[in-house]
Amino acid sequence: MTKLDYVYASATELLTYFRSDPDKILDYLEAIYDRIRKVEAKVRSYITLRSREEVEREAENVVKRLKQGEDLALAGIAVAVKDNISTRGIRTTCASRMLENYVPPYDATAVKLLKESGAVIIGKTNMDEFAMGSTTETSAFFPTRNPWDLERVPGGSSGGSAAALAAGEASLALGSDTGGSVRCPAAFTATVGLKPTYGLVSRFGLIAYASSLDQIGPMARTIADVALLLSVIAVHDPKDSTSIPRNGKTDYYFKLEELMSSRPRLRIAVVKELWRGLEEDVERVLHRILDRICGEHTCDEVSIPITRYALPAYYIIAMAEASSNLARYDGLRYGLHVDVEGRSWIEVFTEVRSRGFGFEVKKRIALGAFILSAGYQEQYYIRALRVRRLLKNEFDRVFKRFDLVALPSMPIKPPRLGEAITDPIKLYTMDIDTVIANLIGSPAISVPAGLAATLPVGIQFMGPPLSEEKLLYAGALVEELRRGAALKPPI
Amino acid sequence: MGDVRIGLEIHVQITALKTKLFCPCPADYRGKEPNSHVCPVCLGLPGVLPVINRDAVKYAAMVAIALNCKISDRLVFVRKHYFYPDMPKNYQISQYDGVGSTPFCREGFLKLTINGHEKIVRIRRINIEEDPGRITYPTGDIATSPYSLIDYNRAGIALLEIVTEPDIESPQEARAFLTKLINILEHLGVTDTSLEGSFRVDANISLGGGSRVEIKNIGSIKDVERALAYEILRQRTIIERGGIVRRETRHWDPVRKVTITLRAKEVEEDYRYFPDPDLPPVRITSEFIVSVRRSMPELPDMRIERFMKQYGLDRYHSTVLVSQKWLADFFEEAAKHYTRYKKLADILITDFLRWVNEYGIKPHELRARPIHIARLLELLDKGLISIKIAKEIMPEIVRSGSDPEKLIRTRGLLRITNRDELQQIVREVMRSNPKAVEDALRNPRAINYIVGLVMKRTRGRADPKLTIELIKNELQRYKAS
Ligand SMILES: [Zn+2]
Repeated sequence: MTKLDYVYASATELLTYFRSDPDKILDYLEAIYDRIRKVEAKVRSYITLRSREEVEREAENVVKRLKQGEDLALAGIAVAVKDNISTRGIRTTCASRMLENYVPPYDATAVKLLKESGAVIIGKTNMDEFAMGSTTETSAFFPTRNPWDLERVPGGSSGGSAAALAAGEASLALGSDTGGSVRCPAAFTATVGLKPTYGLVSRFGLIAYASSLDQIGPMARTIADVALLLSVIAVHDPKDSTSIPRNGKTDYYFKLEELMSSRPRLRIAVVKELWRGLEEDVERVLHRILDRICGEHTCDEVSIPITRYALPAYYIIAMAEASSNLARYDGLRYGLHVDVEGRSWIEVFTEVRSRGFGFEVKKRIALGAFILSAGYQEQYYIRALRVRRLLKNEFDRVFKRFDLVALPSMPIKPPRLGEAITDPIKLYTMDIDTVIANLIGSPAISVPAGLAATLPVGIQFMGPPLSEEKLLYAGALVEELRRGAALKPPI
Repeated sequence: MGDVRIGLEIHVQITALKTKLFCPCPADYRGKEPNSHVCPVCLGLPGVLPVINRDAVKYAAMVAIALNCKISDRLVFVRKHYFYPDMPKNYQISQYDGVGSTPFCREGFLKLTINGHEKIVRIRRINIEEDPGRITYPTGDIATSPYSLIDYNRAGIALLEIVTEPDIESPQEARAFLTKLINILEHLGVTDTSLEGSFRVDANISLGGGSRVEIKNIGSIKDVERALAYEILRQRTIIERGGIVRRETRHWDPVRKVTITLRAKEVEEDYRYFPDPDLPPVRITSEFIVSVRRSMPELPDMRIERFMKQYGLDRYHSTVLVSQKWLADFFEEAAKHYTRYKKLADILITDFLRWVNEYGIKPHELRARPIHIARLLELLDKGLISIKIAKEIMPEIVRSGSDPEKLIRTRGLLRITNRDELQQIVREVMRSNPKAVEDALRNPRAINYIVGLVMKRTRGRADPKLTIELIKNELQRYKAS
């Protein structure tokens, strides 16, 4: 393979290649580092990039293990990990001043599984601060740019992971998705992002934004690669009480191949309320692909009026939980340190939290604390939970008749830098089609649907809990239809 | 006194647990290097998640059953928010009676007998929650210390919070309630209350329907009684002077023996309770409760009944023995070696207990073994020592745990039963006290004086029956001559 071939090859291809010649892993990593050297200054995907020497040392060990005949599911594959997923010995900042120098003493379960499978973590990717945002602009350090158009955002909050994939700076990536944070940047960068069923992937080590909504999600450039990565990280974890109990691993890659050869007919619901307010060219791209899918499968329009309350319910629940989850950052045990001499703990806590958190984070903590306060909890939080329950009931009904729901990933094209972040309504309404999956605990996937002019558009499929196989299948169908359309960004 | 209303909120650590409530750290933190029993979970590091210690639920269920509570059908944890440096997450995982949440159990009661009267104290609820860390002040005092240190070894230790209704009407009742509660906890094996800090009480008290004053963090039953007595006096004085008792939280100073204002409490604090999303509700099945009930050790009330039946003791002796688990255990162990149970119970609740209390020996420090008391009683029964000697060496047995047989031999305390030996002593005593002999010859009752002299000479070791017999024989000889 040439250097650029290495960089844009799928993990699936690379693995076959490495199996016959393990030493090629080092050539591949060299190509990745060369690519990073070339594009990183423009894109800025990474907050922390690991040193090439360190990564090479690790890779040499993987080569050795391969040569000894070990079966490693992700041998030598360069993985970018979002900076809210704990990595032992590697700084994990959540893109916040609060954790600028925080080095976790333990690995998140997902990271542990990656390492065991021979994957090589190449760096920690940029994100919205504490995952609060949809553009990667609330990062306390710098914004990441969209490799398709450097004037535009890559989406968020897992923008760094998506941009790294699109720019060829990693072959696989982990993101996290609380209200669309994996699917939004996937849609904006023409990559694939899956938000698994709540409880499928362990949250242990994922720095919480909103615990009842958060999931770690696999990201890649192809459906098959997402299936591969999901197979590695979707394992029951006794350290996470919300982890779904089950035995062993599921080989999603194999299941996908099976479905692609048997090609069962899917029953797809189109929820009409979720197809409103799209940008015209986005709508055109989505309809073109949906029409072709519906030509081979059964599609029907359904109406779920209560979806109009999904967005406010989502923000209320997310902010309430965030205000609680982020209470621990007081600078006492870790994190931002300020001068404590002669001051009371209240003064110290106040300064740490004033200086450590950015505006968006402070806003959500303040609103969340208000939402949970006595006298208002009933009015906001409890009502939001009611909406959540109703939504779940409605979609349970839909999933009795349909395999999947098809919907847009993002109603708009990637905004220009500064465009969305200055307009909170615009910023929050971007998530209108993604938050439902988190509220009802369902899996959902965003797959590249094509380009609107020069900008990527993603289509989303959502299914009942544990329907990941069907989502991957639907994604693969879209991928198949799109064959030949350019996927590599101009960078 | 009829207008006093006292409610108690008791925090007890489940010291029976090997590990903390939500992480695998060892729970025996006492006396350990500060911050050595910690892990990412109990330090609240970013990204960690709690996992419930199932045994804690089992112990909580035992306490709930013992206190006649209704156990909820779901185990729901909530987060209680407030910023404080000893709380790693700045919220405490606890339980709560609210929308979407429920306490572990509620509506129980504990029956007491006070001066022969029956008294019922209702239990409002019991919660399972985590203990915070410990803040220590280098000078021992918050006001004078230039800095403070935090030890998180205690953070995450499992606590039970037991809350009563305000049914208690005097400090004495509060003591009786707490004594019985502790006894139950010890019988269940849930809590070893002799461990420092394993048992803390908050008391709220109001007089004549006035404002409720809360006294925080009282460390012992004795101090609860004292603090309440002080507080009744303080509030009564204010009322008698025409003042109004303020609603506030006070602190008990065990050294100066007064309560002091901690903070005025105009409004309820807002802890922003909500169900912990990291701990999904777990169903508590009736099968689980049945299995806990089946595995429960004997409770004090049942044990008293058994003592009466099995050992033929009366209610008084049984109650006193069972009022402290260690004492009841001590009795049963000694009873394996000595079967005159009434006599055993007697000596334990009188002489033995007196010296244990006198020396202030904590049950776990006690060196005397049950078999020692059994042996002592055997020596007594065989007439090898006198009751006087037995009483004399009891403090030594209690304090040092010496074997009474050895003690008696090494100190030459065996009773003198040898006829020749004693006869010689009697003769010597009578020879050197002619006046006493004269008196005795005139008045047979004066013989006791001579007995006393012999006892004095032998330090009580002379066999009393034999001594009298020998003196009488001697007197006959005097008469004859
Ligand atoms: Zn721990």
